[in-house]
Amino acid sequence: MTAQINRRSLLSLGVGLGISVNFLGSQAFAASEGGLARKKLVVIICRGGMDGLSVSPPVGDPDYARLRGSIAMRRDEVLMLDDTFGLHPELQAVHALALKGEARIAPAIASPDRARSHFEAQDVLETGAAHVYGTETGWLNRTLESLAPIRRVEGLSVGSTAPLILRGKVQAASWSPGKLVDETARLPTLLQDLYKNDPMLGPAFARGLETEAMAQTAMTAMAASPAMNMAAASTPSMTPPGTPQMTMASQATAGDKQNKAGGDAARKLGATLGGFMIQAGGPQIAAVSLDGFDTHAGQPGQIATRLSYVDAVLDGLHQGLGPEWKNTLVIAVTEFGRTARVNGTGGTDHGTASTGLVLGGALKRGGIIGDWPTLSEKALFENRDTAPTLDMRGLFKGALADHMGVDRAILDSKVFPDSAGVRPLTGLV
Amino acid sequence: MSLPSKDMMAAIAVTRFGLGARPGEIDAAKVDPQGFLIGQIRREGADIPQDGGDTSAQRFEQMRQYQQQRKMEREQKDGQADKTAANIQTFKDSQRELRDKVNADFLARARLGANTPAGFRERWALFWANHFTVSATKQITSVLIGPFEREAIRPYVFNSFENLLVASSTHPAMLTYLDQAQSVGPNSQVAFNAAQRGGKSKVGLNENLAREIMELHTVGVDAGYTQADVTEFARALTGFSIGRDNEERAGQFVFRVNAHEPGGRTIMGRHYGQSDVAQGLAVLKDLAADPRTARHVCGQIARHFVSDTPPPSLTARLERRWMETGGDLALVAKTLVESPEAWDPTPAKFKTPYEYTLSTWRLIGAEPSAIERIAPILTGLGQKPFSAPSPKGWPEDAQTWASPDGLIKRMQWAQGFAAAAADRTDPNALAVQALGDRLTPPVAKAVSRAETRKEAFALLVMSPEFQRR
Repeated sequence: MTAQINRRSLLSLGVGLGISVNFLGSQAFAASEGGLARKKLVVIICRGGMDGLSVSPPVGDPDYARLRGSIAMRRDEVLMLDDTFGLHPELQAVHALALKGEARIAPAIASPDRARSHFEAQDVLETGAAHVYGTETGWLNRTLESLAPIRRVEGLSVGSTAPLILRGKVQAASWSPGKLVDETARLPTLLQDLYKNDPMLGPAFARGLETEAMAQTAMTAMAASPAMNMAAASTPSMTPPGTPQMTMASQATAGDKQNKAGGDAARKLGATLGGFMIQAGGPQIAAVSLDGFDTHAGQPGQIATRLSYVDAVLDGLHQGLGPEWKNTLVIAVTEFGRTARVNGTGGTDHGTASTGLVLGGALKRGGIIGDWPTLSEKALFENRDTAPTLDMRGLFKGALADHMGVDRAILDSKVFPDSAGVRPLTGLV
Repeated sequence: MSLPSKDMMAAIAVTRFGLGARPGEIDAAKVDPQGFLIGQIRREGADIPQDGGDTSAQRFEQMRQYQQQRKMEREQKDGQADKTAANIQTFKDSQRELRDKVNADFLARARLGANTPAGFRERWALFWANHFTVSATKQITSVLIGPFEREAIRPYVFNSFENLLVASSTHPAMLTYLDQAQSVGPNSQVAFNAAQRGGKSKVGLNENLAREIMELHTVGVDAGYTQADVTEFARALTGFSIGRDNEERAGQFVFRVNAHEPGGRTIMGRHYGQSDVAQGLAVLKDLAADPRTARHVCGQIARHFVSDTPPPSLTARLERRWMETGGDLALVAKTLVESPEAWDPTPAKFKTPYEYTLSTWRLIGAEPSAIERIAPILTGLGQKPFSAPSPKGWPEDAQTWASPDGLIKRMQWAQGFAAAAADRTDPNALAVQALGDRLTPPVAKAVSRAETRKEAFALLVMSPEFQRR
């Protein structure tokens, strides 16, 4: 289906759909913008409360094995990073990047929210507010808004629904695998006309058509690469293996085959996103969501599957970006971590700090990001959770300041309201 | 606030309160639009989708057989038993059978939604099913979602909120979905026995259900409770479990006194001295009667039916009625229908994918003929059957669903649906039938100027008016 699409048919498609040329064409790369026009930032939200002590097990921490009991991992099971931390065995691609200095962990990072409610904490993570209900738009969208007077930066979310982090005044794009648009139909043009006075549907639909055209380019590029077969990314059959932005419902019985299919879909998704981002005028800022981290019971099997998907998305993104990886920073975070102690059902309950992953060719080599509070009895937050030592807004602000060139004053007041007291974490890139 | 004309109210009754117009439905509502809706409220509850009708207990037994066969198959793979193709076939058959049952549950519900003349009653049931979400994140839960809606939700949606809350909180689907079934009091007999046996036994407290009941089902996250309240409530709920296959109430709710945490509990300043199942039930009763629950849930009702940002006067009116009647859901539903704020002619709600697809079937007086007709489109639009992303349920706001990708996928589906559905009907009449007085001149014009019936149909179902309610 995708093999016949080439640059020429893509452009004719663009004309047929009435796509604005400045999106397909290159408005970026103007000389005055220098290197900033190539910089890319990807934020991956791992939803459900990802267990940091499983992502980067602190096997060298003297209290780790005792607290974790039956679900503790041994030193020889994990992929070691230093004397204290390893990575979960499913995070092989991340580990390979870490060995090259292109992936680091922030092992005790948290949002400013302490309510241990998924929904409240995700809202705080995505709005960038100091507290829940502080603002109704997402911090990535306000980043786009702030940069607009200086240079146009495009934002894209992967998934068929729009995540809060990219919602706001700027119409960001969204995309998920599916059928391609029929380029001969009149319907898109007629609908654009019907939506022209609709402040919600008009911009969203126009953006969807633009993104479709980019998807065709991204898929064409991937079809040409022998490692990827895009057929699977344009499924959906009755019971699809599950793609990450959908629910990827973890069946308790999910066999290896299903995990592999899920991993393949996740890898293709990452690679396609990379394919979007390397296009001239493509999105420089993207958001991806992965569900299923709420591991209250039977945690080890569930989280292994989830982390294998995280690893696959990152691996695919790394491949899809190709040489542009060097201009890229990827941040993977969750709304909160989980209890340090194993609970009564082989899982963990809602906690506070967790591990963030920071990756990219733009990343500077270094050790862990932020301090490790240890898991000693007196260090645990409320005698329960990994204590937070790093406000994730500091990490986001550092990335936006150093990597994307966002002004400090704007970061302190607009992108992250009332956050002047939270210092940007500098020196990452 | 004055009410719009009867004709406009009929269109609103059918599209906003109901699930979209079936042929002739708006006309039928014109005489008395509010009465048309109030007549759908009934004490015995919502309709039950017509399918196989397995109970939770039957589904539990089927799961148990399936797991046994799966275990045998694994052992064969490991060479520990005779390899016989027949056994593997049995395992695959029962796997397929279970999946077919889940699909049949969903299809039956979708068909009910497409066919019912009581669209408001069905929407009211769907609201509560989403309020008390159970999602197919675990295989055991996925086979219980259909029975959950039939047994714990639909019979109680016009009953008292307390009864609905108790039915939901004690149903095996909820007990597995939120990990309650294995939660054990740390000082209970079961925990003591496990400690005696030693080893790496995993028994103890799981606070998942307790937290979500407080945060999502009742008082809401801003009610001012603490982590200690959540943990205390989790202790009170220990013992809420499911009968094992060798027990009398296999696959049904049981209270295990041996797993219950001994002693009194204090939750949000109230003491609960009971020593058995009565303790958890007493907490549920107090949560149901709490004014913060009325505020939280009435806000959700107003947001679901009327607007993502409903008028505060509407929420207040519902809340008042809730408190006056002790959470009588039939009377709250009636008050909703009688509230002038709910009849603003400007449609403020954007249909979710499930609502949207159902309304297209209703438009042509048809129903999805097979699961393959409905599941792929819902999955593509981000609303995979029975798979809400979290215990909070599906989002209901326009910002979530009116995404660029969502609109593109609706358009593609509308084109396909139009090709199959639009061969005989007069598009102009169909537009009137779909929207009644809500049909606007630009949409009527676009439909009448279309090149083909197919194009007209796609334009109608993609119009801003049809996608909103």
